Amino acid sequence: MSERLLIAGGRVVDPANGRDELADVLVEDGRIARVGHEIVADGARVIDASGLVVAPGFIDVHTHLREPGLEYKEDITSGTRAAARGGFTTVCAMPNTEPAMDTRSVVEFVLRAAGERAVVRVLPIGAVTRGRQGDELAELADLADAGCVAFSDDGAPVADATVMRRALEYATGLGLAVIDHCEEPSLTRDGVMHEGWVSTRLGLRGQPAAAEEAMVARDIALAEAVGAHVHIAHISTRGAVEAVRAAKARGVRVTAEVTPHHLTLTHEAVAFGADGRAAELAYETNAKVNPPLRSADDVAACIDGLADGTVDCVATDHAPHAVIEKLCEFDDAAFGISGLETAFALSMRLVHGGRLSLAALVERMTLGPARALGLERAVLGIGTLAEGAPADIVVLDPDAAWVVEPERFASKGKNTPLAGVELRGQVVATMAGGRLVFEREAALMAAGGTHG
Amino acid sequence: MTTDTRAADQTQTLDAPATADEGWRRRHLLDLDDFTVDELEQVMAATDTMKEVLSREVPRVPALRGTTVVTLFYENSTRTRTSFELAGKVLGADVINIAASASSVTKGESLVDTVQTLQAVGADVLVMRHSRSGAPYLAARHATCSVVNAGDGLHAHPTQALLDLYTMRSALGDVHGRKVVIVGDIMHSRVARSNMWALTALGAEVVVCGPPTLIPAGLGTTTAPASSPDARAFSPRRDSKEHPRMETELPPVRVETDLDRAVEGADVVMALRMQLERMHGGFVPGAREYSRLYQVNAERLARAKPGALVMHPGPMNEGIEISHEVAHGLQSRVEEQVANGVAVRMAVLWLVTRTGARGGIRAVGRGAL
Repeated sequence: MSERLLIAGGRVVDPANGRDELADVLVEDGRIARVGHEIVADGARVIDASGLVVAPGFIDVHTHLREPGLEYKEDITSGTRAAARGGFTTVCAMPNTEPAMDTRSVVEFVLRAAGERAVVRVLPIGAVTRGRQGDELAELADLADAGCVAFSDDGAPVADATVMRRALEYATGLGLAVIDHCEEPSLTRDGVMHEGWVSTRLGLRGQPAAAEEAMVARDIALAEAVGAHVHIAHISTRGAVEAVRAAKARGVRVTAEVTPHHLTLTHEAVAFGADGRAAELAYETNAKVNPPLRSADDVAACIDGLADGTVDCVATDHAPHAVIEKLCEFDDAAFGISGLETAFALSMRLVHGGRLSLAALVERMTLGPARALGLERAVLGIGTLAEGAPADIVVLDPDAAWVVEPERFASKGKNTPLAGVELRGQVVATMAGGRLVFEREAALMAAGGTHG
Repeated sequence: MTTDTRAADQTQTLDAPATADEGWRRRHLLDLDDFTVDELEQVMAATDTMKEVLSREVPRVPALRGTTVVTLFYENSTRTRTSFELAGKVLGADVINIAASASSVTKGESLVDTVQTLQAVGADVLVMRHSRSGAPYLAARHATCSVVNAGDGLHAHPTQALLDLYTMRSALGDVHGRKVVIVGDIMHSRVARSNMWALTALGAEVVVCGPPTLIPAGLGTTTAPASSPDARAFSPRRDSKEHPRMETELPPVRVETDLDRAVEGADVVMALRMQLERMHGGFVPGAREYSRLYQVNAERLARAKPGALVMHPGPMNEGIEISHEVAHGLQSRVEEQVANGVAVRMAVLWLVTRTGARGGIRAVGRGAL
């Protein structure tokens, strides 16, 4: 491919290179050729990005693509298209598939399928234990050789502390992180939402914040003891954020991610809808997610954690489900939110609310996740607009208002509590490896035009 | 309360517009959490009317003739189902009872499908009991007919609270300023939840009492008009810095863990059923200690106001949450509660059908689908 493409006149935000200024980005042969002012590129196709933001493509370290085995919820085609619409150029696929991604053959299947059908980069995350049962370690070295960038039994914690300890030790030898879904299962049994006044209001069984905090504390203690890297998935409570902050301060190798929904929605969304306007108690199954939406105080702590770097990155925990898995009694509904296509706009609430700069948000969605899991070892230059890096680029309109219409999602999962909610901040175009994989308005492209 | 004349006028036929249903807008009865004082009064007045009907030699009126009431019970409940069935029959409705299995979910028929099927074949009122909190809300969102909640999970049991309220008012006249103590497993009690809403709306002082393990999160952190600081022997940690909504979204009750102190000067003492599985579930050490600390017995009742009412939503575990002598003593209103249940449910069925909600072909004809 020898196509040249110039993204001209946008505000280029590239945290890795400390750049936040009006500039042009020249793409050649699928890589970033140059970033600079007034680039003249004869014969290049031009994207006019004036008034828009140009940033490295987002990286999601927590995506459920559901393939193999659960294609009725999502597959690699639909999931990566959803990613592209959300501005993501790399997604890390969680291993809670059927069968679980606990052997090389399953990883190879996913990578082969991704090679054929994915529109963005797919980096697999291997299971920690065989069948994600929490008992015996999976062949972690073989999984790493096959291309896994981290290990996780996500959906469930590694409940047994000794198994977790061994996993951390073993993964250290491979230079990879263990990602833990922190939930002390004996404290969350039957719990379907955050334990608090809303669960009391609704008569639903609660999951206490302490269930997450106890497991985060355990994982930090183990990581500290064996010198391993633990990554806390979808952090959601004040206590957990404070534990990570304290651990980082004393040098523990702990990183953490937070989802857009845990940064913006509270447990009230379950009772009153995401916009708080439900006429009757909503029992909003689309707001049923694990970890559950927490209290306003927890949300504030997550935002502070993201702002001060305690929390390294935003991750979607994109968890698509079929309609019937949500159109049912709350207790019986599946946990999860389809998040790829709203992640940026929802997170922009923090920027519009003055809690985080746009550059910081971009960092937490690009360089932050890349560094948290060490993805640059798998893909040189990922999460940056450095010359020679893959041309993974997103063009954003930070102010554009739009109303979430799940039926228009590329994801098969229409399960979002944000249906009908207006958000500000839109992905205008997504380029993965120099290929335009999503474009909001055809008018954006001045095909064959010449800049200048 | 309605006047005697009004009651008499209504009961002649009960199918002519009557004062008690004037302005009634609720197609569904899901909970009492958003009931206004006027609405509660309307139900009480309609219940007076129904009591009169039930006292007749032939307690039958054709008020709901041509109306189909389906009781859809996903949980066993002889008492509530029978009460609704009788209520419908007294009013001349056709009553169909369906004992649904909660396992039908796993067999593939969803609640929404079931509800839509039942209303398509002609159900005008769906009386629903379900083990899952919120299930009637889901049903109501997908129904053109009326949905009456006959108990959902841990959440609400509005007709029980209405009959409790009616029973209290029959004896006390008014509940405003009265002290009502609800004792036992508050966490898992839909009866307690609905009662808290109705009673606090009408100005009663509500004290809930039970072991800290059975007090749900956040309860008692809202300010009751008559609360005293020492009443919060156990004040659950949680969410004190919450959204201001918290100030209004839980009923303003006091939480007390010492029953002797809780019943002090009470006008009503309501014991809740203590499910045996809670004891095995580790919420309390066992029946012996539970009954020692939380049984409503003669000694404790003596601390309440003289003649204080003793109530229980049934079925009772005598010897556990209530002593045999108190359960059947002079102050007990348990049988009256059951009797009032029929009248209250007649009132509810009658009121919700005033809104014209229909199932079956009529619904299609009205363009309601």
